[in-house]
Amino acid sequence: MSTEMALALTLLIPSLGGIAIAWAGRYPNLREAVTLITASVLFAVVISLLQQVADGGAPTLMLIEVLPGLPLMLKVEPLGMLFGCVASGLWIVNSLYSFGYMRGTNETNQTRFYICFAIAIASSMGIAFAGNMFTLFIFYEILTISTYPLVAHKQNAEARSGARLYLGLLIGTSIGFQLVAIIWTWVAAGTLDFTIGGILRDKIDPTMLPILLALYMFGIGKAALMPFHRWLPAAMVAPTPVSALLHAVAVVKAGVFTVLKVVIYIFGIELLSETGASGWLIWVASFTLLAASLVAISKDNLKARLAYSTISQLSYIILGAALASSLGVLGGALHIATHALGKITLFMCAGAIYVATHKTEISDMQGLGRVMPFTFAAFCIGALSIIGLPPFAGSWSKWYLALAAADTGMVLVIAVLMISSLLNVAYLMPVVARGFFRPAPAPQPVGAAVAPGARFGLAEAPLLCVIPPCLTALGCLVLFFYADEVVDLLRPIVG
Amino acid sequence: MLDAILAHYNYWLIIILMMIGLYIVISRGNLVKKIVGLNIFQTSVFLLYITLAKVTGGTAPILTGKPEIFSNPLPHVLILTAIVVGIATTALGFALVVRIRESYGSIEEDDILAAERAEEEIAVKEALS
Amino acid sequence: MSLLFEHMAALQVAVPLLSAPVCSLLRGGRQPWFLALAVSWFAFFASISLLIQVLDSGDISYHMGNWAPPFGIEYRVDAINAFVLLIISGISAVALPYARLSVAHEVDPRRHGQFYTAYLLCLTGLLGGTITGDAFNIFVFLEISSLSAYVLVAAGARQDRRALTAAYNYLVLGTVGATFFVIGIGLLYMVTGTLNITDLAERLPPLVDNRAVQAGFAFIIVGMGLKLAMFPMHTWLPNAYTYAPSTVTVFLASTATKVSVYVVLRFLFTVFGPSYGFVGLTFEYIFLPLAILAMFIGSAAAIYQTNLKRLFAYSSVAQLGYMVLGIALGNVAGLTATVLHLFNHALMKGALFMALGCVALRIGAVSINGVRGLGREMPWTFAAIAGAGLSLIGVPSTVGFISKWYLILGALENGWWPVAVLIVASSLLAVIYVWKIIEAAYFGAAPEGRGPVSEAPLEMLAPLWLMVVANFYFGIDADLTTSVAGKVAATFLGGGS
Repeated sequence: MSTEMALALTLLIPSLGGIAIAWAGRYPNLREAVTLITASVLFAVVISLLQQVADGGAPTLMLIEVLPGLPLMLKVEPLGMLFGCVASGLWIVNSLYSFGYMRGTNETNQTRFYICFAIAIASSMGIAFAGNMFTLFIFYEILTISTYPLVAHKQNAEARSGARLYLGLLIGTSIGFQLVAIIWTWVAAGTLDFTIGGILRDKIDPTMLPILLALYMFGIGKAALMPFHRWLPAAMVAPTPVSALLHAVAVVKAGVFTVLKVVIYIFGIELLSETGASGWLIWVASFTLLAASLVAISKDNLKARLAYSTISQLSYIILGAALASSLGVLGGALHIATHALGKITLFMCAGAIYVATHKTEISDMQGLGRVMPFTFAAFCIGALSIIGLPPFAGSWSKWYLALAAADTGMVLVIAVLMISSLLNVAYLMPVVARGFFRPAPAPQPVGAAVAPGARFGLAEAPLLCVIPPCLTALGCLVLFFYADEVVDLLRPIVG
Repeated sequence: MLDAILAHYNYWLIIILMMIGLYIVISRGNLVKKIVGLNIFQTSVFLLYITLAKVTGGTAPILTGKPEIFSNPLPHVLILTAIVVGIATTALGFALVVRIRESYGSIEEDDILAAERAEEEIAVKEALS
Repeated sequence: MSLLFEHMAALQVAVPLLSAPVCSLLRGGRQPWFLALAVSWFAFFASISLLIQVLDSGDISYHMGNWAPPFGIEYRVDAINAFVLLIISGISAVALPYARLSVAHEVDPRRHGQFYTAYLLCLTGLLGGTITGDAFNIFVFLEISSLSAYVLVAAGARQDRRALTAAYNYLVLGTVGATFFVIGIGLLYMVTGTLNITDLAERLPPLVDNRAVQAGFAFIIVGMGLKLAMFPMHTWLPNAYTYAPSTVTVFLASTATKVSVYVVLRFLFTVFGPSYGFVGLTFEYIFLPLAILAMFIGSAAAIYQTNLKRLFAYSSVAQLGYMVLGIALGNVAGLTATVLHLFNHALMKGALFMALGCVALRIGAVSINGVRGLGREMPWTFAAIAGAGLSLIGVPSTVGFISKWYLILGALENGWWPVAVLIVASSLLAVIYVWKIIEAAYFGAAPEGRGPVSEAPLEMLAPLWLMVVANFYFGIDADLTTSVAGKVAATFLGGGS
């Protein structure tokens, strides 16, 4: 299989998968088999590209020239490879989880759900492998639109207003700011190709750089930089698998991924550090980071708490980019993978709890850990990874970020990172603590779904809801030991 | 000043006629009167064309072989076309007025608007219920 | 065969014109429709061959009856009007297959002969007004198209009597506009003694300081502004589009105003030129503010509409604002956007109004509450609305995006930041009104008492989807349209200065 073919397949497979799912819609088993096969094949194809990228290759595929000098183009580079692997790999795990969750809660419109999911993954692949800002923008918008039906899935008033906010903020920021920034870049530089070292050097008045950067940063609404973060909590009305994959992995990571792409390939790290144009962004990101953590503490709804935690964690990555040092960028990029693993674990656990007990509020979860030990253990590992404790993957990305802050002499940023880690402990550990160490209040309500381990006195969610979070929790541990390889893969992006 | 006005009296008359026509179109609520206004307005333009065809001392453009000064025949021809257009417009306008009268029972703009507004309100109420 | 191509410019207009009286004699069943279809397809073929000829071997000058210009009437085809001809006849060629069932449903069967006669005359007028190189001839053809358009709008009276008043208002304002235009032509003729556009362009430069020329310019712009529904002269448009039969709305919304925009372009750039002081001032002090007001007031009004046809009619007012804005920018990118948007907007609105016609066929009126929950019952129709709606918003990979891209590019080239921001802000308003419909159709509950609704027939869906696919195709492969539009813009600005 030629690499161009493989690259085209990364878009084609999920798209064709979507069509096949529509066609198989009447037979749930077949439909889910198709989903799973599509996800596995996609992951295999993405992996087949990995070796070439690791060897320094850059598979390229020119699709079509839309406007003169402005082609739709795919080009794989290490950062995109990482994002592509994370999104496609977690799609498999998440698909398994979706089957358990969607059946366990008897959701309606499941076929639409799986179709939109496949399209969303296809557009994530497009974002990951986009060869220029224009291509990226197109897939960015398709991702927004294809995830709208997922957020509005429940079709009640709450879902509709949540989805409206979701769409309004994402489309609004992207057209209102990002598109302007892109056209500005095009007018100034005459190209939108992602180039190491950036394309804006000497093309634009340095005093305008911070403004252009601001248009990009706030225009990439998916990165949830305050004050444009409200869509993420609003999107939590979606079924949990959506929150897990899209709002911990694909959508939000597409946002921060775009941030990194813009910083590395449009502006260039050196240009930013020379001009200091990203100085303001450090403080906005730090503010978002702390403020979102504080809000998270105040939330009793588990998914809302996780949503704010995501906002806060995304700002780590933006912070890494804003520091405009190679270590910062590496740390940010690594955090895409580590946070994805950690947060998807947490969301899947939240969903598993909901399937088993229909509980959404943390204060109701006393003693649940004793009857759902696997779920809570996975939650605990995910939480520790997010907090950044070894031997879990999250520790590495924080380590690199802290190094970058020290490197650039930003002592205050180190302080921010430390405080935020403490806040992470404060909003994540109580969930675990309540689950394991507080006694259950009343006679244990019997779970809604059939409990596989009932004879041991357990009341876990169905297996398909429990195994995936355990797998990703394991992933958090494994990645800790293989973080070096990831960093090696990424190193070319910082020259 | 007065000389300038008198020397171009034809244009002044045309402008006055034009304004009268336009004023009727804007100010009258009666649909037939509006069309009358439209006609006056158009007629003033016909006159504009005719008057600019006039060449001082010119006669009718009939070729007799002798060197003579002719008035310009082209605007006359143009205005023949425009008159046809004007008649078609008037006929169509009146046809519409007849149909409006049949279905609304009035040719006064105020009555028609009131009837339409009532319909609109019913439609909105249905939409909201 | 070569004889056919030699006279293609004349046939482009003559065939629809001569077939119109024939059509009025046809009475029964499908015959009038079939004739109109055949004529439209011929016109489409003619316009394609004209465009190819123009792109291959330069402008075509056809002398009607062999009378040499400037005395005889000249049909002059260059890139811009070949492009507009293609838009008009292309829309007509797609709209007619769609028309049969829709018209059968909405128009009295005994009047189909007259209906299609009016349709053919309207087509003739639009094609003729575009192709002719004679200023007075433009007036005559535009009046042919306008008079038949009034009739076509009034044909909606069987559905809703307000079609009559809409047609009446359209008639009054349209006639005032046309008369203004004739006054302007008369003033130019008074000074230059010619009506031929090329000749006018040659004779005007020494006369630019003449008051009569400047007044003529003003009359022409205001007159055509009325015809193209330039804000604030758009008041005839919403009702006319709302109450006309669906097919008529499809055709008029995609073509009629476009021809007026073309005429404005022709006078601004070929006859006059942006380098004339008073023309340049018009751009900045009249077109620019009016265009921006149109974009916002049109879109804002659209948000509050409950009737979907009127909603998209107001959206047309806003979209015409984009076209005027492109002119106001006065640079190649802006003008490219205007010319592109002539085509792109025809595709979007053609598709949207076709889809609304499908809905009207099934449930009668098209209100925001009437379509609740219909997304499931008419999946193809509403998928088309969603697709064309995205194009209207200007989402990338649709034609709407390409137009907006050039428009913003033009604004930035001039260094007009606020304008660029306003363009994107107004497209966000489009998100609101498009999403209102999508939300109602897909996520709303069906109103009580509505029985099951079946999908529109294939005969209507096929043309509709052809338009939707074109919306995406020309959004992804914009090479053809942008190169023609760019060429036009470059000629206009190069030739005018």
